[in-house]
Amino acid sequence: MHNATIRSLATGLAARTFSSVELTRHFISRINGLNKKYNCFITLDPEASLKQAEAADRMRSAGKGRPLTGIPIAQKDIFCARGWLTTCGSKMLSSFTSPYDAHVVERLNAAGAVTLGKTNMDEFAMGSSSETSHYGPVRNPWDVDTVPGGSSGGSAAAVAARLAPGAIGTDTGGSIRQPAALSGICGLKPTYGVVSRYGMIAFASSLDQGGPLARSAEDLALLLNVMAGFDPRDSTSLDREHEDYTRELGKPVKGLKIGLPREFFAEGAAPGVVKAVEEAVAEFRKLGCETVEVSLPNMKLSVPVYYVLAPAEASSNLARYDGVRYGYRAPEYADLLDLYKKTRAQGFGAEVKRRILIGTYVLSHGYYDAYYIQAQRVRRLIARDFAEVFKRCDVIMGPTSPTTAFRIGEKVDDPVQMYLNDIYTIPANLAGLPGLSIPCGLDGKGLPVGLQIIGNYFAEARMLGIAHQYQQATDWHTRAPKDID
Amino acid sequence: MALTLEDVKRVAHLARVAIDEAEARAVLSQINDVFKLIAEMQAVDTRGVEPMSHALDVVQRLREDAVTESDQHALFQSVAPQVEGDLYLVPKVIE
Repeated sequence: MHNATIRSLATGLAARTFSSVELTRHFISRINGLNKKYNCFITLDPEASLKQAEAADRMRSAGKGRPLTGIPIAQKDIFCARGWLTTCGSKMLSSFTSPYDAHVVERLNAAGAVTLGKTNMDEFAMGSSSETSHYGPVRNPWDVDTVPGGSSGGSAAAVAARLAPGAIGTDTGGSIRQPAALSGICGLKPTYGVVSRYGMIAFASSLDQGGPLARSAEDLALLLNVMAGFDPRDSTSLDREHEDYTRELGKPVKGLKIGLPREFFAEGAAPGVVKAVEEAVAEFRKLGCETVEVSLPNMKLSVPVYYVLAPAEASSNLARYDGVRYGYRAPEYADLLDLYKKTRAQGFGAEVKRRILIGTYVLSHGYYDAYYIQAQRVRRLIARDFAEVFKRCDVIMGPTSPTTAFRIGEKVDDPVQMYLNDIYTIPANLAGLPGLSIPCGLDGKGLPVGLQIIGNYFAEARMLGIAHQYQQATDWHTRAPKDID
Repeated sequence: MALTLEDVKRVAHLARVAIDEAEARAVLSQINDVFKLIAEMQAVDTRGVEPMSHALDVVQRLREDAVTESDQHALFQSVAPQVEGDLYLVPKVIE
């Protein structure tokens, strides 16, 4: 059951081959056996999960079943879920039981999905390795001495280890796509504004976007069908007609024009990664696609721009953690200022504090124009590069990440090395474009490589169709880590 | 341009994060590495380029001036560190 896709589990539930209660029990028992090894989940509540499963079975019996009704889904611990401990991987929120549901959680609940648990992540989503969590590092099921990527590493590792058929995550600079790539699964970051940010704990609000992680493009489409939707409580949520993201799954890719930005294949990408991605591109050519070399000349500026904008927005968003209204409070303090300072010094980890300091500096008097405004101007140059490229091709393809999974501890003390992991994923966040990652091979160490597909605004259905056609012709997405039966 | 130890302490104060001498020194070199990376972006000629603050050019929606929230203070205060008589407690700020 745990190797099945969401699509086939939904078929099994609809045919009464098994119930949601049986399915949920199966995943809970797998988690009980394997979570110690991978550290994917921060919080489990089997009683609450099974109650939802019972309700889902009743929904199906009453003929009200939808594709996700009764499917257990893991939630990144950045989504507020009423009655659930919601920590964002931080000591700051280690006692925070959310009094409300995120929009995405409301939608999953309404569809009858079962909350399987809350997954581990980099603290406040700041990281590319899931090592900065207050709850310890997540381990990659392909090799437990390596990282699963981040920040949605718990969600990615849970899906890779067959502890959940699907999960939800967030992507600010690559936090869905990069862990999907390093963990050998599929992940989609939608166009900015498609998924509501309400109740999604804020990191960098102009970049944050929720999205699904699963083991096939078809499953991503089923999840996005439920996650996407207008929400007036998020001022940047887009009021668009509801789309069926599965509608182009069956569409052939013949004649599709694929742009290959030369910057994505330049120095810095590991040979094993480039090889697997080139083989995937060759497969698309076999399916009748054309390829065209394109250029994103300002791409190399994406990382510097991101490390001005994201910390600036984070320093403002994280000002709310003051030890007064919710969350951690330092046990001893002299006065109110001391309460704030000690609470924040003790409640935040090293990486979060570094970014708050960088953000505060670039926004401070005398530096604002030179850093923040300049970064916003270069951001526009990067977005324009994409607009030019999309005049010449339908989608862009390249690696998701320059390397496969790296060793735990290898980069955690060197922020700049860690930041460069996101060089291929950050550009789509800056431009607000949708990006997805699917498995496309293994490197010499047997670790998975991700193929990134970037589309134009609102091209999610087309991109999922392209990925699905590739997955009909190849079987990389069905490969499991060797320890997983 | 590199930051100084004094910059780090000033910014930590502005951000309301307590930092001691040893921590400030350690974080200084890491932050300066990040600013070396950021410097690549500062050399770019951006004259005449409009700053991009959001991914999509959309305008703020207006909503009806109507009450949409109900009183849930008891629920919200149930997760506060210290509450008394429906009020959040902080150290005395007025003598």
